[in-house]
Amino acid sequence: MKKLKTTLAALMIMSSSTIFADGHQLKVGMITTLSGGGSGLGIDVRDGFMLAVKGNQNISVIIKDDQRKPDIAVQLADKMIQSDKVDVLTGIIWSNLAMAVVPAAVNQGKFYLSPNAGPSKLAGKGCHKNYFNVAWQNDNLHEAAGGYANSAGFKNTFILAPNYPAGKDALTGYKRFFKGKLAGEIYTKLGQKDYAAEIAQIRASGADSVFFFLPGGMGIGFMKQFSQSGINVPVVGPAFSFDQGILKAVGDAALGVKNTSQWSKDIDNPANKKFVSDFQSEYGRLPSLYASQGYDTGKLLISAMINAKVDDKDKFRDELRKANFASTRGKFSFDKNHHPIQDIYVREVIKEGKTLTNKIVSVGLKDHSNVYVSECKM
Amino acid sequence: MTSILFIEQLLNGIQFGTMLFLMSAGLTLIFGVMGLINLAHGSFYMIGAFCAALVAGITGSFWLALGASLCGAAIAGVLIEILIIRRLYRRDHLDQVLATFALILLLSEGVRWYFGAFPLYLSIPDSLNGTVPIFSEIIYSKYRLFIILMGFLIAVGLYLLITKTRLGIRIRAGQNDREMISALGVDISKLYTVVFALGAALAGLSGAMIGAIQSVEVGMGEPILILAFVVIVIGGIGSIKGAFVGSILVGVTDTLGRVFLPDLLKIFMQPAEATAIGSSIGSMLIYILMALILITKPSGLFGKS
Repeated sequence: MKKLKTTLAALMIMSSSTIFADGHQLKVGMITTLSGGGSGLGIDVRDGFMLAVKGNQNISVIIKDDQRKPDIAVQLADKMIQSDKVDVLTGIIWSNLAMAVVPAAVNQGKFYLSPNAGPSKLAGKGCHKNYFNVAWQNDNLHEAAGGYANSAGFKNTFILAPNYPAGKDALTGYKRFFKGKLAGEIYTKLGQKDYAAEIAQIRASGADSVFFFLPGGMGIGFMKQFSQSGINVPVVGPAFSFDQGILKAVGDAALGVKNTSQWSKDIDNPANKKFVSDFQSEYGRLPSLYASQGYDTGKLLISAMINAKVDDKDKFRDELRKANFASTRGKFSFDKNHHPIQDIYVREVIKEGKTLTNKIVSVGLKDHSNVYVSECKM
Repeated sequence: MTSILFIEQLLNGIQFGTMLFLMSAGLTLIFGVMGLINLAHGSFYMIGAFCAALVAGITGSFWLALGASLCGAAIAGVLIEILIIRRLYRRDHLDQVLATFALILLLSEGVRWYFGAFPLYLSIPDSLNGTVPIFSEIIYSKYRLFIILMGFLIAVGLYLLITKTRLGIRIRAGQNDREMISALGVDISKLYTVVFALGAALAGLSGAMIGAIQSVEVGMGEPILILAFVVIVIGGIGSIKGAFVGSILVGVTDTLGRVFLPDLLKIFMQPAEATAIGSSIGSMLIYILMALILITKPSGLFGKS
């Protein structure tokens, strides 16, 4: 009996080593936010990615926490590139961290697949052949919100966002599509949680609608306080303040709010159905858009590995560019600057039993790309 | 129109100030009485909010949740004082900063490990939802009025505690001369525990009250902690009166500056520039205020020179 066990074990070791020899071994370095404020986003991206590559023996993943600090993200990237010798980097949530890490990494010949941040600089003049964004360009969801505001007949919108690059991208994106007047435009402090002063200004401005981009905890405070203020005008925003991780904390204040997203759990395709049910059984919670982005990043990587080895950089890059995988979003392809062409949906916050979640009400922008393509010389 | 907006913003500033007072009162007491720089004070704010969210989730009662935030933060304060802080009184400030900074990391990750990384739900009771008219034309949030009221009540309570009670006399004596009061037979270590727990409880209460209209999440206390330090430096370290005046000053300056500076700049600037520059200067305003006060009064408004 004992002999049998030993033989079996030896066989297993041998067979797995054959896989190692024949398979396309690939090392992924994931730098994402796993502690402190905003860690919910990083955890979702990580869980989505790990679900996608689960059971794939050709991929090994090193995961490190950037604590939402650019200097730490840079250190981690250096270590992963120099001593861990990773082939592909991914994971960064925040645009300011991406700006600190991505240019150096891709210039050292590493691939970077962004599961979230899509700053305009990396889409336009700073685009790079080894940089792929699997989520969106930063402006995209806000552009769709502007388009939705037109179709909803809003004429006089009050807009606000935090005073940092992604906040400015957001308001620019909204204004690019919105045809009405602005009742007011405010940049709030990054990390601000109390919006009494801004809400008083909204009340005084006589706006017929409000657009806001306040990701993470900032949006929770705003929605609660806005619903308590008794101002009765519709609110629109990008999905970041209405994703699955946050809705529970906002509570019923979010009910009925329209928000724009490239993903929703009710997009009707087999890949998405499988993702939603697998994610729930693996982690015991509903996935968010961040989780779907992590998952798609993993699936994209696997699709490129089928026909190319990562050492053959040109071939691997071509395979990535094909985006030959079943995205949870359905139709998905890369534009010339390696940013997605995809549909952006308008969703509404609803209640399913006791759980707050989103359902799609319409397609906001069909096959939408980004305005920075022409600036990218690749 | 503008005068209505102005009064509403003034109220917002005062509300922000009273909440800052709850944080900075504890911080300044702990520093004044024990000479301890407690960076982990923001963690009690977080603990209070999480205790409240937990109890509100189970019982559905906001008032029980407020009670839980007070008790939870006070108990955490007592435990942490006895286990860790007690060893730091005789050390120099750098050691205290290092140790209490470590406490922030431990408590934040501990809370994240137990409750998860996603924000929790905590909302205000229905009786305080909505707005209430003040002087016919101005409508103001009931809950924010409630925060202002609680802040003033606690300020009065603290004033009475410090000036009229035996505990208050001991606290003041402790601020003046630590060796002397222990020589006179006062159990100084018990006094320290009580003061520390009191400070923690106030921080916890403000965490719960603010958590209900903002968000209950890991790391929520640190931004407030920085402002609380600004307040006690402006008010004079160790002075409750200073903390109160400093809090209201910071709250009002921050709110009014943020709102009216962009409008003011629009008079002689392009609107887009005015918005961008105005909001940038607006967020610096309290630090400018602090610098100005420190230039004229180096030990703060009510500090002992």
